[in-house]
Amino acid sequence: MTHPFDQIPARSSGSKHSGGAGSGPRILATRRLSRLPSTFWVLAVLVILSVAVTLLSPAFGLGEMSTSFVKTLGKTLCLCLAALAMDIVWGYTGILSLGHMAFFALGGYMIGQWLMYARTEEIVVQALSSAPIPATATEVAQGVATQIFGVVGGSDMPWIWGFAYSLPLQLALVVAVPGLLALVFGWLAFRSRVTGVYLSILTQAMTLALSLYLFQNDSGLRGNNGLSGLQNVPGLGAVTQDVLSIWFFWASALALALAYLGLTWIISGKFGSVLRAIRDDEARVRFLGYPVEVYKLFVFTLTAVICALAGALYYPQAGIINPAELAPIASIYLAVWVAIGGRGRLYGAVIGAAFVSLLSSWFTGGRAPAVPLGFYTIDWVDWWQVLLGLSFVAVTLLAPKGIGGLFDRALGLHTPNRKGAPLGPAEGALQEQEAVE
Amino acid sequence: MRALFLAVLLACFGLQTHADTVAQIANAHAADLAKPSRQTIGPVIADLAASGDPMAAKLLEAWGNKALGQRKSDKAFFVLAPDAAGYALTDLTGADAGTAPKAEITELKPNAGVRGLIASALVQFTLSDPDPQRRAQALDSIAQDPKAESLAPLRASVQTETDPQLKAQKQRLERLLILRFDPDPAARVAAIASFGADLGLDLRGALNPLLATTLVASAGDASQLNIARTLHPGHDLAAADAYDLLVTAGAAPARLTHEAQKKALAAHIVDGKVGTVPVADLTDQSARDRAYTDLEAAGTVPTAATDDEVAAAIAAHQFYEVYAEPNRSVTTAAQAALAKISLAVGAMQVADLTLDGLSLAAIYFLAAIGLAITFGVMGVINMAHGEFITMGAYTGYVVQQIVPGYTASLVVAFPLAFALTFAAGVALERLVIRHLYKRPLETLLATFGISIALQQLFKNIFGTQARPLTSPPWLDGALTFNDVLSISYIRIAIFALALMFLAFFLYLMKRTRLGLEVRAVTQNPAMAASMGINPDRINMLTFGLGSGIAGIAGVAIGLFAKVTSELGTDYIVQSFMTVVVGGVGNIWGALAGATMIGGLQKAIEWLNPSNTLAAQTYMILFIILFIQFRPRGIIALKGRAAGD
Repeated sequence: MTHPFDQIPARSSGSKHSGGAGSGPRILATRRLSRLPSTFWVLAVLVILSVAVTLLSPAFGLGEMSTSFVKTLGKTLCLCLAALAMDIVWGYTGILSLGHMAFFALGGYMIGQWLMYARTEEIVVQALSSAPIPATATEVAQGVATQIFGVVGGSDMPWIWGFAYSLPLQLALVVAVPGLLALVFGWLAFRSRVTGVYLSILTQAMTLALSLYLFQNDSGLRGNNGLSGLQNVPGLGAVTQDVLSIWFFWASALALALAYLGLTWIISGKFGSVLRAIRDDEARVRFLGYPVEVYKLFVFTLTAVICALAGALYYPQAGIINPAELAPIASIYLAVWVAIGGRGRLYGAVIGAAFVSLLSSWFTGGRAPAVPLGFYTIDWVDWWQVLLGLSFVAVTLLAPKGIGGLFDRALGLHTPNRKGAPLGPAEGALQEQEAVE
Repeated sequence: MRALFLAVLLACFGLQTHADTVAQIANAHAADLAKPSRQTIGPVIADLAASGDPMAAKLLEAWGNKALGQRKSDKAFFVLAPDAAGYALTDLTGADAGTAPKAEITELKPNAGVRGLIASALVQFTLSDPDPQRRAQALDSIAQDPKAESLAPLRASVQTETDPQLKAQKQRLERLLILRFDPDPAARVAAIASFGADLGLDLRGALNPLLATTLVASAGDASQLNIARTLHPGHDLAAADAYDLLVTAGAAPARLTHEAQKKALAAHIVDGKVGTVPVADLTDQSARDRAYTDLEAAGTVPTAATDDEVAAAIAAHQFYEVYAEPNRSVTTAAQAALAKISLAVGAMQVADLTLDGLSLAAIYFLAAIGLAITFGVMGVINMAHGEFITMGAYTGYVVQQIVPGYTASLVVAFPLAFALTFAAGVALERLVIRHLYKRPLETLLATFGISIALQQLFKNIFGTQARPLTSPPWLDGALTFNDVLSISYIRIAIFALALMFLAFFLYLMKRTRLGLEVRAVTQNPAMAASMGINPDRINMLTFGLGSGIAGIAGVAIGLFAKVTSELGTDYIVQSFMTVVVGGVGNIWGALAGATMIGGLQKAIEWLNPSNTLAAQTYMILFIILFIQFRPRGIIALKGRAAGD
């Protein structure tokens, strides 16, 4: 086969190049990328999709596609981005984090603070400008606070909104808050050698704690009302939603493409090899002298930040964010997408997230045809969850490689025969690098 | 007896001069009796109470029961009773006055408001009613709405009370009324002291109003006031609040609010300027103050109090918190009594909190014990464990729909829930988990798939609203020690159930063949197999057992929680936490974990009672930190049993 997807061509050449001895950095970089030909295909599909959506959109094209569908596609790209991060942390490093959607939502909250504050400020200034006496800064701030927090019975700005007036500062928080949370949590967890399912449960507990905290009215983020009206970008009041949706789609596609390139570069080098080694046998890597905790902490924090950025792009398209978005189940769905797409291969995460989330919105949106059985009619709004749950069990049991396994089969790759020895803790992901032999 | 009571009443009120008979009073107030209103009824009742005539109570009772009538011919009042000929009449001296046809009598029908007043007036008469139940009712109604007037009749009725229990109640109530309403301060202080550190809510209800304070500003002599404490503006009283107090008291002119200032400025815009300040510059407070000063100088707006004036006004006054109760010795005694009581209440609250924590721990333990088997002993992560709990609760609900009688249905539901969830667990083990023993992370995900499928299935079958699972009547109510300390029977039952499970688990693991084989298989499956144990069968049975216990726990949890499809989700993370914190692979660990989590959660809730969400948040944060220091839980396995 000419294009084995995501495979390292030969073990010997792989190890030689990843050592980097003798080859210039420029050559090295291009080689590393060209070693994973799936990158080209993913980027090509992204470009084609962007062009197609633009041509069909109501703002710049024929208008065959509704604005809400453009938004759905844009949101799907953000979810793909989060899935990409999840694949790095789970599929490549073997940390099944059930908290990455919490970072995603935190990113959304951080950008949402600015969107909501600045937008409300515009409205308040507008309303006060008709009065005979011009408003003081205190009056404007008071008006904004009452507008935003009236719904939870408050009229003061909590301190966590201190930076909400400024886009650059709040953008910095999009990275800083989830990043710091991941750094502290990861440091605590990895330092005490919490691994495997214990780590999963711990991350799930962190997510639960965060969502319970945000559900309180006095958390300063409007309790279970969440932040709303995020689809209106302050300062761009004249731009219609048609145009905005395309802009956000482009931004999401660009972010996904850049992240895909960056992550491909990371995992195809020596760093990526260490990550896979940690996944397969953590103790052995530690005995070889690698600081396992530092690697894990770096990956955990990096992916948390990627998730936060994805969330910051997602929620302006969704328009509303509330604490239910970071319920533990959301993070589990993220793992489900990656597992169905195929762990340990970046394109698998993208395919899985896009496939399952689009299918999910098709089924739950009531557009799927009901199945009459004579005595009972299967209405997919009610039965989609059952189907998803069971098919997830089926994928785990029967096709641990997920949809990615189909590509392996099409390219004639198969699992090596290890003479009866078990394939290790993460069978599905383990097969990828060995399947060529 | 009633005559005696009324005589005493009379003496107390010192109203001998009004010793008219009821008949005379009725004639004097004929118009008010015939057409009563809430305003006019007061004097009538007062006169009746003062009359000393035993007929007074009869008249009031008849009046309140719409059994008082007026003969049309001579306007005389009679107590009516239905009779073949119309009404049997009793005149107001208590003598039989024959019968009269209905047409000759006007029935008096006071409205509901008046009847309420009559009923409360009757209370003082019913305190000596021959029927003990009515006496108890009268006591209750006085206790709910204590009034100074009730003291005398109550005191009078104590002597004649025959029922010892009622007598004790009356004496207690008497002392409560004395401490609030007696004119003699020494008697009040003595009454307060007589209670000691009594925990009754009624005592605290009586003492607290004595210590209620109001803020008072005084410019002169304050020696007449019963001062709780002196406030210093700027330290323990905000200067703005102090000035507001003066304004409310009329001792100082109102301050100019920003709103009022803005309105005044807006009303005086001339040529785009207010005073000398251009309108466009009025975007900060100092510019607005300048503009207002200009207007003041021009005399177009009233002068507002300046900061200096405000400070001077505040300095000229003293600010006190003053007791509503004027007598100092009473407030001092009340304060001392409350301090003693609050100490006792604190101790009881700690006991109550401990009980609360223990019962919450029992609930967590119950939810987690199945998990302690599947996760703790076998090491299998079963995210569908919560759904097994739900399944048990729904089984209980369905059984209650079919089997009549709550007790009988529970007797059926427990084994049935066990059987169903046991079967579900065995099926899950055979079909899914068996293939994933080497891949624990994937077990987590696969069982999670089962969990969302089951949850949606429950939703499709039972709908989203909560289904009732009613506990049998003998579990209703609570075991009450005093007004602070009580525990509901259902919590005691759950506690007992948790202990039973613990005993069962210990017996099973330590004393039976199955337990031995389970321990062998979990420690070393290959070695166990070579000793003739079938690991597959043991794993299947163990998993089924853990799931079955979850089902039973589900029935118990359903008795006090809302049975919805999300019941299990509420417990799953907590259950895993319980097992992880306690220490995997050890039932005592699960017990310790449940006790710690339950106790701590209650303690945090107590510190911040308005917010159970915050309590859960802090609880989880605490667990995350706790795992830092004891990664293997409170009770860690040692040696070979610890595995890796």
